Amino acid sequence: MTTETAIQNKPRKNALVMFIHKMGSPPWFYNFSGKLVPWLWAVFCSLAAWALYLGLFKAPADYLQGESFRIMYIHVPSAWMSMMIYTSMAIMGFIALVWRIRIVEVLAMSSAPVGAAFTFVALASGSLWGRPTWGTYWVWDARLTSELVLLFLYLGVIGLYNAIDEPRKAARAACLLAIVGAVNLPIIHYSVKWWNTLHQGSSISVTGGSNIDPSMLWPLLIMALAVKFYYGANLLTRARVRLLEQDKRKAWVRKVIGEDKS
Amino acid sequence: MSHTPFIWAAYSIGTVVLLWCALAPLSRKKSAIRDIRRIIQTEERSNDSNP
Repeated sequence: MTTETAIQNKPRKNALVMFIHKMGSPPWFYNFSGKLVPWLWAVFCSLAAWALYLGLFKAPADYLQGESFRIMYIHVPSAWMSMMIYTSMAIMGFIALVWRIRIVEVLAMSSAPVGAAFTFVALASGSLWGRPTWGTYWVWDARLTSELVLLFLYLGVIGLYNAIDEPRKAARAACLLAIVGAVNLPIIHYSVKWWNTLHQGSSISVTGGSNIDPSMLWPLLIMALAVKFYYGANLLTRARVRLLEQDKRKAWVRKVIGEDKS
Repeated sequence: MSHTPFIWAAYSIGTVVLLWCALAPLSRKKSAIRDIRRIIQTEERSNDSNP
């Protein structure tokens, strides 16, 4: 066998594995995410504008709730995101603890403020929907209480991370808290089934379809997609800043700063 | 009861919180870049004084 055929027969690494390996390198991650972020913001803005136009101007008023149902277009996507971001933060926390990948630690810790923001918006908008619909801003109902606990968990992760000076040690402690806190996620999801709550049950199910009229459902689904792009753009922006802060004495950061005159 | 103020309030809170959450890392980036430039300048000055 010649050297040439030996090289050709050598098993090549899968493109995805190569991509993941590259993403583990802070300079490569910084440059790649820098190119991606403006596109993510652009898609988010376009989808959100489209969803809001359909939801606020085109969808008819609900026969029972009247106009207040339009709060759903900010409340429901925010509530879904609050749980999705926590799930991804806990998974990244697990990966960071097991494989000690620094970029994943940074991504997990950068997820927490975005998740906290969405949880706050879900609670506030839900409360503002509750006043005209239920007659009260707040009840200590299982769904509302477990969502409030989720906000405290996010704040706990952020607080613990900031309380320890050494960033890697801080991230490991906060990742552990994020994993433990994941026990709250099924409680939030099933709270409307396990307990008799004032909060309504799910109107949309992945397997069972939806009982919302399509004219009201589509804006909701588009908004739910839009906020995923918001999360992606915000997460990468935050992760890039954290990498700059952590690696400020490293050569790649000096090169980046030298190129970036802003 | 008019529902309009509740809708406005919900969307205003959502917009303010999500805008703040999007803009906060930008000001942090500016201060990080300022810090890094200061470190580079300090090192260059100490290299010049100790050739």
